[in-house]
Amino acid sequence: MGFVESVRVRIAERKVPPADRALLRDLRRALAHDRVRFDAAERALFAHDASFDEGGVSGPICFPVSTAEVQALTRVAIDHGRAIVPRGAGTGLAGGAIPLGAPIVVSLMKMNRILEIDGDNRVAWVEPGVVNLDLSNQLRPLGYHFAPDPSSQQVCTIGGNVANNSGGPHCLAYGVTDAHIAALEVVLPSGEVAVFGEIGPDETGLDLRGAFVGSEGTLGIATKVAVRLTKNPPAVRTLLLAFSAMRDAAQTVSDIVAAGMVPAAMEVMDQKITNAAENFVGAGYPRDAAAILLAEVEGLEGGIAIDARRIEEIGQRNHATSVRRAETEEERALLWKGRKTAFGAVAQIKPDYYLHDTVVPRSSLAAVLEEIYAIAERHDLVVMNVFHAGDGNLHPLLIFDARVPGEIDRVHRAGDEIVRASLAAGGVLSGEHGIGVEKQGFMEELFSADDLEHQNRLRETFDPICRANPGKVMPIGHSCADIQALRSVPTGVWG
Amino acid sequence: MSTNAPRLATDDPVLFAFAEEVGSDGAIAVAGGRTRWSQGGALAEGTRVVEAPRGVVEYKPAEMTVCVRAGTPVAELEAALGEAGQRSALPNRGGTVGGAIAVGENHVDRLGRGAIRDSVLQVRYVSAEGRLVASGGPVVKNVSGFNLPRLLTGSLGTFGLFAELILRTNPRPEVSRWLRGQGVDPAATFDGLLRAAAVLWDGESTWVHLEGHGVDVDEQSRALDRIGQFEPVEEPPPLPPESWSMSPAQAARVDREKTGDFVASIGVGRVWAQKPQPLAAPDPVVRGLCERAKAIFDPTGRLNPGRQP
Ligand SMILES: Cc1cc2nc3c(=O)[nH]c(=O)nc-3n(C[C@H](O)[C@H](O)[C@H](O)COP(=O)(O)OP(=O)(O)OC[C@H]3O[C@@H](n4cnc5c(N)ncnc54)[C@H](O)[C@@H]3O)c2cc1C
Repeated sequence: MGFVESVRVRIAERKVPPADRALLRDLRRALAHDRVRFDAAERALFAHDASFDEGGVSGPICFPVSTAEVQALTRVAIDHGRAIVPRGAGTGLAGGAIPLGAPIVVSLMKMNRILEIDGDNRVAWVEPGVVNLDLSNQLRPLGYHFAPDPSSQQVCTIGGNVANNSGGPHCLAYGVTDAHIAALEVVLPSGEVAVFGEIGPDETGLDLRGAFVGSEGTLGIATKVAVRLTKNPPAVRTLLLAFSAMRDAAQTVSDIVAAGMVPAAMEVMDQKITNAAENFVGAGYPRDAAAILLAEVEGLEGGIAIDARRIEEIGQRNHATSVRRAETEEERALLWKGRKTAFGAVAQIKPDYYLHDTVVPRSSLAAVLEEIYAIAERHDLVVMNVFHAGDGNLHPLLIFDARVPGEIDRVHRAGDEIVRASLAAGGVLSGEHGIGVEKQGFMEELFSADDLEHQNRLRETFDPICRANPGKVMPIGHSCADIQALRSVPTGVWG
Repeated sequence: MSTNAPRLATDDPVLFAFAEEVGSDGAIAVAGGRTRWSQGGALAEGTRVVEAPRGVVEYKPAEMTVCVRAGTPVAELEAALGEAGQRSALPNRGGTVGGAIAVGENHVDRLGRGAIRDSVLQVRYVSAEGRLVASGGPVVKNVSGFNLPRLLTGSLGTFGLFAELILRTNPRPEVSRWLRGQGVDPAATFDGLLRAAAVLWDGESTWVHLEGHGVDVDEQSRALDRIGQFEPVEEPPPLPPESWSMSPAQAARVDREKTGDFVASIGVGRVWAQKPQPLAAPDPVVRGLCERAKAIFDPTGRLNPGRQP
């Protein structure tokens, strides 16, 4: 930190209450002075993630560079009776990284090294702050990639992917993050370090690895991750099918699966989002289509030619108005670019958006989408749909202008109705964004008190005093839902 | 069911009857096909043994999901799935669905079928308190809440007794072919293929299981011909009784002195052998967590006493 900068920080920190001053001192001893921040601007930044939530209050922000430092700062947190919130890139959409009750925020962004690429075992050991796309870019020339490819992959981290069990368009055939994590090194809320999982056959002992993946930062901090490497396919074919009705696109997706195919990806976009994306990237999407289906098959040349033909036939049976094949790698990349930047593209239409995430049975896609359009209309809102159709994962995007009085309330009401419509169709609360603070209130609509109490048991196993990311996932009334609980616990409980 | 019951609630009387039978006290275990009965240790004497309910509850081929009661034989499940041209990731050793998932051992075609744990979408189990508990969800993608299905898969029934499961199914491949090569390098064989369902090696022969479109299987067979001499065979070799875990790289150079006769799953790291694997001392932190989990989920230790995953 330069001199001017350090003066600025010292001035900014002058109003720090004495308790926090002692905490800061100990954290800085454990890490380094300039890797523990407390100035107002940074705390304001780290009070939010990419979710629609209003945000929380951040305590000191730590930037550890090693497992030992994460362990050291956890011990300081224990001594001071403070909670810890791990954080990757802050792109989470359910509020998982939002600090509640002024906890210590642990940014893993400086732990961003790829430690080892082990081709013989098809795994790579990486630190949690490695950016998803950076990893795949490093692996690609070696003939591999990391299969989960969230739309946010240019910024989101492997640690965040693990904590949210993230998905992406290409998780249809290959599975979400969980299926690609061999092992994890974790600093537990007790300050102990453990390794879960194995490089071997995925079936030895209790699967604590699987329990940790998707736990949204509530079971500890992942400090090293062994990701499985997927071989790059020798051949890929990307198809763009256009339809004059959303129903036909949804039916095509159902029929493809029913015909015994699991393509690498099947993404659907409705007319509004297609046009927004088209304005943005000029991918050549048909603007007049009510829905487009981007389907990709990969593998060996012979088999994918057969699958691509069958997909075209199924599309045509469902009244596809056009079918286009990407002829070159550039064309393919462009078709995907439109899909992956779709969320960013909506900013041209309205300044704010709320992106939802639910899953419904594939066969209910068309019916639930119709209901979603009706819900938006009832609340006088614009909704756009771009989603992982292959696994029934809906992403309705409500766009609005927060400056218009009353709009935010309508957005919330419409969002709640969308979640309930998905549940009523036999679906679930979230396919990839997680529960965080966003959907805690819905947990009791899916699970019984006994079910939730058992989820709590897992939480309690790892973190009996709710040190890690309190106030998340579990609904109010369950342990660790109450962020005040921690401070009343005497220090030294861990001995 | 009342309209404001939680969505995962069940009203299946068969499951409630099972919960009642399990009750809330006394040592208890579920017998499946007893194919892995002594896995994780011998069951404590005096343990009451019950059977889980049986039957395929609902099969949705277009969703690629099946809801099945835990006591259903794997063979019965496979027969039902086969009618719609699908299959599961479970190994069929003559046992039950619940038993296979409690043990958690993968199919020999691990590479082709995926890991068993990845196929478990929703679990319904009877807790140590005799309550029916659900976790996960009925659809193929889900991150709603903590992932108890993962914790329970492979837990040998020590956290809860499976009553009903929802599993992901998969299409059966058009063509399935086993080939055997003599004196070929197993690791090079694995590397030379895009996607084998299994590559097995016993120190001399290498077996390859190719699955998929006929054209793809033919092309992969030609790729094998460039690696060495392969000929079609009916089936994989018989697997020795003991199971070893190691890294895939180690599995490609197993030391027969240590294992006795063996069959190694290349690219996976599972080795079936004559001799048992010497147990490494578990990491104390991990062991501590496992013990704490057991104490919280089953405070009186009544579920499958004597067994340890
Ligand atoms: C435009 C956009 C598109 C998106 N598209 C997708 C998509 O296609 N698929 C998808 O699944 N998600 C998507 N997301 C959501 C988000 O990007 C993912 O959830 C991502 O994995 C979060 O990573 P992150 O590094 O930003 O984590 P953060 O947001 O920083 O944190 C997410 C959660 O992980 C915890 N955490 C972070 N690091 C660790 C660690 N090392 N150890 C333990 N816990 C940790 C945090 O406490 C928090 O609970 C999208 C988001 C945006 C903004």
